[in-house]
Amino acid sequence: MDAVRAFLRHPSGMAGLVLLLAVVALALLAPVLFPVSPWEMVGAPFTPPGEDGMWLGGDTLGRDVAAGVAHGARVSLVIGIASAFAAMVIGVVIGAISGYFGGAVDLVLMRVTELFQTVPAFILAILLVATFSPTLTTIILTLGAVSWPPLARLTRAEFLRLRKREFVEAALCQGEGTARIVLGHILPNAISPILVVTSLTVATAILLESALSFMGLGDPNQMSWGFMIGAGRTVIRNAWWMSVFPGVAILLTVLAINLFGEGLSDVLNPRVSRRRA
Amino acid sequence: MRGARSAAAIGLAAITWAVRLVAVILVIATFNFILVRAAPGDPAQVMAGQSGAADPKILEDLRKEYGLDQPYLVQLGTHLKRVLSFDLGYSYRQRRPVLDLIMERLPATLLLTLTAFCLALLVGTTLGALAGLAAGSVVDTLFTVLSLLLYATPVFWLGLMLVLVFSVTLGWLPAFGYETINAKLTPIERVFDIGKHMIMPVVSLAAIYLAIYARLMRSSIIEVAHQDFIKTARAKGLAGPRIVVGHMLRNALVPVVTVAGMQAGALVGGAVVIETVFAWPGLGRLTFDAVLQRDYPVLLGIFLILSIIVIVLNLATDLVYRLIDPRMTTGAA
Repeated sequence: MDAVRAFLRHPSGMAGLVLLLAVVALALLAPVLFPVSPWEMVGAPFTPPGEDGMWLGGDTLGRDVAAGVAHGARVSLVIGIASAFAAMVIGVVIGAISGYFGGAVDLVLMRVTELFQTVPAFILAILLVATFSPTLTTIILTLGAVSWPPLARLTRAEFLRLRKREFVEAALCQGEGTARIVLGHILPNAISPILVVTSLTVATAILLESALSFMGLGDPNQMSWGFMIGAGRTVIRNAWWMSVFPGVAILLTVLAINLFGEGLSDVLNPRVSRRRA
Repeated sequence: MRGARSAAAIGLAAITWAVRLVAVILVIATFNFILVRAAPGDPAQVMAGQSGAADPKILEDLRKEYGLDQPYLVQLGTHLKRVLSFDLGYSYRQRRPVLDLIMERLPATLLLTLTAFCLALLVGTTLGALAGLAAGSVVDTLFTVLSLLLYATPVFWLGLMLVLVFSVTLGWLPAFGYETINAKLTPIERVFDIGKHMIMPVVSLAAIYLAIYARLMRSSIIEVAHQDFIKTARAKGLAGPRIVVGHMLRNALVPVVTVAGMQAGALVGGAVVIETVFAWPGLGRLTFDAVLQRDYPVLLGIFLILSIIVIVLNLATDLVYRLIDPRMTTGAA
């Protein structure tokens, strides 16, 4: 409860939350606000913004850019949140095993983590999505697979720190099993920094997804912001609106998540945050 | 005595790095190998390109060449041997060896990436240091807001917006390409011409890293400023600028260099997207075309080569780190 109250007093965190809620509302209301599919031609091609009932203009085929932006919000949020969750699951499992057991297991897992951190994540994502053909599921799993290393390192560090604490030793002495100690005692104490980093991972996942669909590796059945920018790119000389508005949507969404995540970090881990400021 | 010891240390570091490089190459080559077999469809078809245009003759040749009837371990052995002898396979789409295709485009990518990396480091740390020294001022707040915005901007979109402003609207800079085609220029004019074409790709690629380094440098400077050795320096009566340059900058740079090394991979990935935006004739363009045509051997080769470049960049930052970290040098003395 204190954390909630502290967050309410955090100006930039609240600004992020309000902006984020607006994006979520747009995503949820997209089918109501724009009942016609964003793939449907509703006006003349190259309609400038404001004309023909299209606030943000029409694209090269006369599709409503505003409808694309609204429906794209669904795709971006779903992919961002689901892939950050996937990254969290992978990262926490690897980090927890590494930090709790230590020794050779730790050594091997950390080398693997380092390797994943070294290779260019975006190229790996391109390779994976191109291999298993772009669908919502493959994109989510791919982004999860390239985004987990920071979460694994963080979890490992937290587990290393907490493993030696008295309450863990006490649980050990009482003969509690490994699973109970890890899930019942250590993880709850490590969860807040993990949640903060996961929330920031949503933002990077959205940026990665937009770059993938810009390169033509988005799910072909889903209207996404990156795809719209990629399609509008070639006609930017005559029709700026096709690439400007979806980009603004990405910028505002990612900004909102970053502000929210940093606000969360300040409230949940004041120790770490103060050192960073 | 000290010279011999540090020479031995450098030699040991070099060997460690060489081993690491080879290990990473082998792991990535193995990963590529597994990926081709995990891909839907027959490996020969995957390698030939899922076009249907691949004729039975090519598929038969491929099966023979890669020994696809052999056990997996034998295949893997052959594959690793090939990679270590710089054979990255053949692009049936472009009808050329993959390594040739990559080496042809690599210089343009390196030029773009390294320029952006240096620009981001130099300008980012300078701005960050200034903001840190003026913490709490209007300029400082402005920097913070600007870096928050840059954090949230997709690189490719930033590039497009620069095109919109500086090419379409103002007409100051060329919108795409590496140089003006068919312009009869003297060598010096040509350098300026390429430079002019580089401005927007470099700036859009560097922007986000510039913001990251600036923010890091800012907090690093603030942290260093409160440490005891700075107080000592002030107490000794050293002048302000000497404290900043001699004591603070060097110490504050350490975390920045560490992060810069960690981000080499992201920088290279960003270059691929930026090259697509600006039709820069490097590996990004090659990647884009390979994705469109599902030219699999090329994608696998690019992944391997770019990973190697990232490792080398890591090595470079590691060397810089050894040079600037005072603990590293005083420890040896």
